[in-house]
This record gives sequence, C-alpha cells and structure tokens, in this order.
Amino acid sequence: MTDFIDALGDIFGSPTMYGSAIRLGAFLAFAALGELVAEKAGTINISVEGSLLAGAFTGAIGYDLTGSTWLGLVAGMLGGLLIAVVQGNMSHRLTADQFVVGLTANVLVLGLAGFLNASISPAAARAGVFEIPLLSELPLLGPALFGQTWPTYLVYPLIPLTWWLLYRTRWGLEVRAVGENPQAADVSGIDVNRRRRQAIEYGGLLAGLGGAFLVLGQVGSFEVTSIGGRGFIAIAAVYFGGWRLGGTVLGCMVFGMADAFRLAVPVLGYKVNAQLLAALPYVLTLTVMVIITKQFRQPAALSQPFVRGLR
Amino acid sequence: MTAATSTREALPIGPGRWRSAVEMTVLYVLSVGAALVISALLVSMTGNSWQKVFSALLDGAFFAPGRWGNTLTIAAPMLLVALGTVVAVRAGLFNIGQEGQLMIGAMLMATVGTKLAGPGVLLLVGGMLAATVAGGAFAAVTAVMRYRRGVPEVISTLLLVFVALQMVGYAVTTDWLLRDTDPNRPQRAQTSAALDPDTHLPVIRIFGNEFSVGVVIAVVLTLVITFLLARTIWGFRLRLLGHNPRVARMAGVVATRAGTTALFVSGALAGLAGAIMLTFGHASYRFGPGFSSNIGWQGLLVALLARSRPLLCIPMALLFAALRTGSGFLASTGVDRKIVDVTQALLVLALLVPPAIAFMRERRRGLAAAAGGETA
Repeated sequence: MTDFIDALGDIFGSPTMYGSAIRLGAFLAFAALGELVAEKAGTINISVEGSLLAGAFTGAIGYDLTGSTWLGLVAGMLGGLLIAVVQGNMSHRLTADQFVVGLTANVLVLGLAGFLNASISPAAARAGVFEIPLLSELPLLGPALFGQTWPTYLVYPLIPLTWWLLYRTRWGLEVRAVGENPQAADVSGIDVNRRRRQAIEYGGLLAGLGGAFLVLGQVGSFEVTSIGGRGFIAIAAVYFGGWRLGGTVLGCMVFGMADAFRLAVPVLGYKVNAQLLAALPYVLTLTVMVIITKQFRQPAALSQPFVRGLR
Repeated sequence: MTAATSTREALPIGPGRWRSAVEMTVLYVLSVGAALVISALLVSMTGNSWQKVFSALLDGAFFAPGRWGNTLTIAAPMLLVALGTVVAVRAGLFNIGQEGQLMIGAMLMATVGTKLAGPGVLLLVGGMLAATVAGGAFAAVTAVMRYRRGVPEVISTLLLVFVALQMVGYAVTTDWLLRDTDPNRPQRAQTSAALDPDTHLPVIRIFGNEFSVGVVIAVVLTLVITFLLARTIWGFRLRLLGHNPRVARMAGVVATRAGTTALFVSGALAGLAGAIMLTFGHASYRFGPGFSSNIGWQGLLVALLARSRPLLCIPMALLFAALRTGSGFLASTGVDRKIVDVTQALLVLALLVPPAIAFMRERRRGLAAAAGGETA
C-alpha cells in the first residue's frame, strides 16, 4: 500500500505528467468549447469526432502544400467547418435526425481520410516549442502551461472568447434561447434553425483547429487513427461540466489528466495493466455522469429538432 | 427516434398520392445517383477507373466462385445488429454501442468454447446463449443509468464501446482469462485459443458456395422481431413509448421496464451476432482485439439505411455485406478499399434526403392550408 502511495506521489510530482496533461486537455478543450456552444443551441453534435479528424487531415495537407503552420491551422479549421456545414444543413435545414447524420458523418470522414491518405499521405511537422518568458519558470505548472508548442496557446484566448460570445453578445443570447425554448425564440423573431447551424459551425471551426493542433502542434504527423474516439470524450466533457464553460474546461483538464496518468505510469516503471488504464477516462466519464447529470439542468431543447408550428 | 420521426409518420398524405410517389422515386434516384457519382469521382481523382472498381466489387461480392456465400455469411451478423438497433429505435432509444456489445458477446462465446469442457453441441448452444445474455446485459446497464440517473443512452452506449474494447484487450492478454496458453503457438500474445471443431457452427453448401447457419438464424429472427413489433402487445408498448412517452405513461406503459427490455433485446442481438461470427470461422475461430472488424458500426448504418423497418434491413444488410466482401477484390485495381466505407456513408446520407424534403413540403403545404382556413 505504501508502495502504491509512493508511486502516486512520483507520478503526480513529475512535471512531465502535467505537461502532457495540459497538451491532452488542450486538445479536448478545442473540441469541447465548440461542442458546448452547439449543445447550448440544442444539438448534441456527434460529428465533432469527424470534424476533429477532418481538421487533422486538412491541416496536414495545408502544411504539406504551404509549409506554414499558420496556414495549416487555417486549413484545419476549414476542414472542420465543412463537416459542421453538412451536419447543420442536414439536421437543421432538412430535419434529418441529428444522431443519424452525426454518426454517418463520422464514418464518412473516417473513410475519406483513410482513402485519401492512401494516395496523398501529406507530410506534416511539429511546430516549435515556445516558452513564454517568466511564466514558464513558475514551479511545476509553469512549464506545463507556458512551455508548450505555440499552437497550444491558441486555446487560452478561445476560452474567454467563447464565454464572451455566449454570455455577452446578442448572438449568444439568441443561441441560448434557441436551445432552451425554440418556440418562444421563434415567436420573438429569431431564426431558430439558422442560429443552430451557426452554433454548429462555430463548433466545427474550433474542432477543426483542434484536429490541426493535434497534427501540427503535438504529434507532427497524420494518422487516420489519431483521434480515436476522443471527440466523444469532448462531448462527455460538456456533460461533465454541467453545460457551463468553466465546468467544461475543468472536464477537459480532468480527462487530460486521466490520459496523462495512463501514459506516465509505464514510463516511470510501474506495472499496471495497460488496457485497464486505457479504459480509465471512459469509466471516469461514465461514473461522473451517473453522479452529476441529475444535478445540472441541460438545455431544455437539447436534441429536439425544431420545425415551425410543430411541438 | 425523436419528435421529427414520429410526427413525420403522423402527417396525412397530401393531395395526389400518385404524383408524390413519382416525385419521391425521382428524389431517391437523384440522391442515390449523386452518392454513387461522388464515389466514382473520388476513384477517378486518384487516377483509377471506376468501371474497373465497379466490376471488381461485383466479382468480389457475387460472381467469382464461392463469393456470394461469403457475402451471405457476413450479412448475417450485420442483419442481427441492425435488428437490435431497430428494436431500440422503436422504443425511442438510440443504442449506438453495438460494436461493444458484439465484442462482449463474442468474448463470452470464446470463454465458454475454450475454457469449459463438455459435448460440443452443448458448448455451442450454451456459448451462444451466454453471448446473447451478456450482450443484452451490457446494453441494459445503460438503461439503468438512463432511468435512474438521467444519463442519455446515446452517450453511455457509445462510451461503453471503448470500455468493452479495453476489457477485451485485458482478457486476451491475461493468462487466466482468455489468452491462448498453448506454448507451441508463437503469436499467442493477443488472441484466445481456437474453438474446438465440434463447437463450430454448421455449414450450408449450395451450388459451390458455403455459408453459415447464422444466415438462417438471422432471417428467422428478423421475421420473429417483425411480428413481435407489429402484432404483439409488447411491440405495441414499445412503439407507444417511442411515439409519445407521455401518452404511453397514461396508457400504463412503464417506461423503465419497456425501455430496459428494448435495450436488452437490442444488445442481446448484437451479442448473438458476435457469437455467430466467432463460431463460423471469423478470425479463424480465435477471439482477439479487432475481432469485430467494424461489423457493429456497419450494422448500425444498415438500420439507419433501412429507416428502422426490420424487413428492409435484409436487403440493406445484403448491400452492405456485398460492398464489404466486394472490397476484397479491390487490391487488383490499386484502389484503397476504404472507398467502400465512403460509399456506404454517402448512401446513408443520400437516403436521408428525400424523406426530409417530402416532410418539409408537407409541412409547408399544411401551414398554407391552415393559413387559408383562417382567412376563409
């Protein structure tokens, strides 16, 4: 037992663990921030997984063509947006079921990325590490928060930006209204399905950026399997956070920490079964959801399509 | 599935049945055509000929010797998974965790088949039952989470897929669980021992093609489920629950019970699909990670494509199975077999479009009629 506590101490005392926790958490945060906006507008956007993968792939292509990380990130955003446009138009213009569309979009992107990667196989590279002076010298968390590759830092301004959009703009108010009571929003002159599409598209942009960040800011190469279901963890993070911005970001960090913990254990020489550790984030998510879901109120119209005049 | 689906069915058919039938046909032809054209364009973009790809797919799926047996064999588990999806959808639940439920089922079959001793037939039947129950129980967990704690089943079934995959990985790398302990097999690290020949599923041979008895099981179960859903009180309760939970409650349907059985049946069918795959030589009778080879996800797409009609699942499962076995012949054309996944997804999206357009039109017509009625 003391061995076990020592081991935990070793792991949680090592700066590398926090570094990777922030990296993994930031990746989730890109997707989860956008997903939060989409869910506030009333859509469980399952295609966030597809948006992440599309962003990773187009990001790699953008980098391969231009040699610029910036343009690669922009290309990633466009890739993520493309999937969101498909999702938004199918589910909030044509009223096809949002889960069906989302799942199919994920399968489509997985197939497309695999098929195109076999003939294009874009070469990517990892962006340089940029240490923010002074801040990165803080003990323990300093290097983790401020000693990362520079695309990581993009997630920091996105958090206040998303907050500002949701809670301090007219657009955000309308988005939230549309997710709570679409009938009332419609009566007061808001184009419900348009706001929903826009919310999903914002999510697509962010998820695409997240995918591109994974390739250009973290791994340095594109692989079809690299997202591997973490888009779904991002959705779970929104639930974890009780549909609040702070909670969502916290959820991302907790899942990032769980993932980093899994990676740190074998590196430090402890023998725990790898599969059991790999299941940890998912089990954690489910446990948290079982405890927490009832205590938060989800957007009232979540996953309910809106058709004017129908309830 | 959601409000849109149920209201869509409730709408009266507008004026001119014939005209709208023709319109619908045209819409379907156009959107499916668009899906195929996009796939063909993708193939041409990579510098290959789509005609070659098309004929390779046909050869691989049906015309080359022994191929249509393979297509039928792979269609059986897809059909079962799709059937499970349909049952859940009818109750207004969306089970998207079949991939995991299928793996759990196959894992139980492997455990019974390799760890227990006894007459082959008994092990085979017992293993299948165990797989069915395990798959069902694994899905029913999400029902408990939904009705007790309000966790949406769309998320929980999905997350459980990843838990199941890790459980499987743990089982086949652990000696006292499923790992093959035969010292003579060098690559025993990742799989279970092979099933004994007398626990294999019987083979049907017709015209030089072999296929699994699982095909018969799947078709019979499709008929049974169709009957249960359409003609029994159980099916009526499920549909009532799916259509309108409030009315269902007033009519005395206990949502917890009806919903839990629906998810149980849904997972049980996926578990059975896994057992059928294992006992008919999928992955050479050995269970391991990657065993499911995406059949769980594809079965889900089959159900979506069939628009939750159990009988329609049969042709759709055949179509998807044909694309899959056909893709085995793509290597000769130099086209990556992933193109088949793209085509499948595009087909599902394409088939979503016409009913949605028809629904929107009916809606507009209805609104116009209502407005006209008010002014008159």
